Amino acid sequence: MSERPPGADAREERGPVLRKGVGIPASGWIDPRGRALGGFAFSANRVTGLGLVFYLYLHLGVLSLLLGGERSWNDFIRLATSWAFLSLDVLLILGILYHGLNGIRVALVGSGIVADRQRALWWSLGAVGTIALIAATLHIIGSR
Amino acid sequence: MTEAIPAEAGPERSRTFRVYRYTRGEPGWRFDLFDVPITSRTTVLGALRWIQLHRDRTLSIRHSCLHASCGTCGIQVNGREVLACVTDVDDLGATITVEPLANIPVLTDLVVDMREFVARFPDEIPSVRAAEQLPRAVPPDGIDEYERFEDCIECGLCLSACPVSATSDGYVGPAALAAAQRLLEEPRGVDRDRILDWADDPLGAWRCHAVFECTAACPSNVRPAERIMALRGTLAGRGGAS
Repeated sequence: MSERPPGADAREERGPVLRKGVGIPASGWIDPRGRALGGFAFSANRVTGLGLVFYLYLHLGVLSLLLGGERSWNDFIRLATSWAFLSLDVLLILGILYHGLNGIRVALVGSGIVADRQRALWWSLGAVGTIALIAATLHIIGSR
Repeated sequence: MTEAIPAEAGPERSRTFRVYRYTRGEPGWRFDLFDVPITSRTTVLGALRWIQLHRDRTLSIRHSCLHASCGTCGIQVNGREVLACVTDVDDLGATITVEPLANIPVLTDLVVDMREFVARFPDEIPSVRAAEQLPRAVPPDGIDEYERFEDCIECGLCLSACPVSATSDGYVGPAALAAAQRLLEEPRGVDRDRILDWADDPLGAWRCHAVFECTAACPSNVRPAERIMALRGTLAGRGGAS
């Protein structure tokens, strides 16, 4: 395949035109209007992916509290076992479950193994994720 | 409307159309509002033609067959890719937003430049159906180079709906990859390995994120996403991405 984007020659020949449609940010990153299940799944995957990257750095920041000694760590543990913080844990598990299970769906569909079952996979893995989330939530509530 | 309204079409009502306007060479774009009388049979294309005839002759739209065969009237209505000629206005709400297709350069108003869409296809993809040639016709030399894959009406709706195309100009997009898979299914003398080499690229079949918006948008049941997945399966079977 050519290294230049398709249509690049024609684009240079005719000069500048409006590149994207409207309603789409210049980056084209997301346009949720009117989308189908696959589009929703894709958008949610991007959002949860960003959330997990944010959590990774947050986690590293939390671990760095250990450098402050026992007191700073114990202060954090008191915060981490509050109901407000534990509810964020449930949100985190939701993000992990969605991103992971949707990743399995995309891998199965994208490798051509079940190319035409993307909707069924989304709902079935969604059921698995919901059960896992409920179990995790009950565990968190019970452990406090 | 200028035409007589059949009695069974019901009483005439009106809808507000919010129409995207852009003139090439001028800075920026805008939305113009038009109140359009409709019946239960009015299509989006019918409403746009009414605007052209009665409100603003400078509005640029593109259409041809009026029955979903030519693929020239593809636009976005309320953010969703449709063929304007077969999209009823009645269920679209009081205010209807009409925009050009995304991910293809806009020339003027609702007209996009399809040259870039066509340029995405591999060289081996023809663009005229062999079935359209009369048996006694004497086709010009080199017509084979333009023979098109079946089903797809090359409307560009799939490319507009694809969120990957929105972030990657280099991605060849669903229509071209579906066409490649079509050729693998029925090679018509095309070199199979060349098609696979073309698709076996980070900006080819492997760039697809399996969003399936192309399949949801396709008015011709080509099911581009499923064809891309099948293409990937074939590529994986022969040894993966290069």
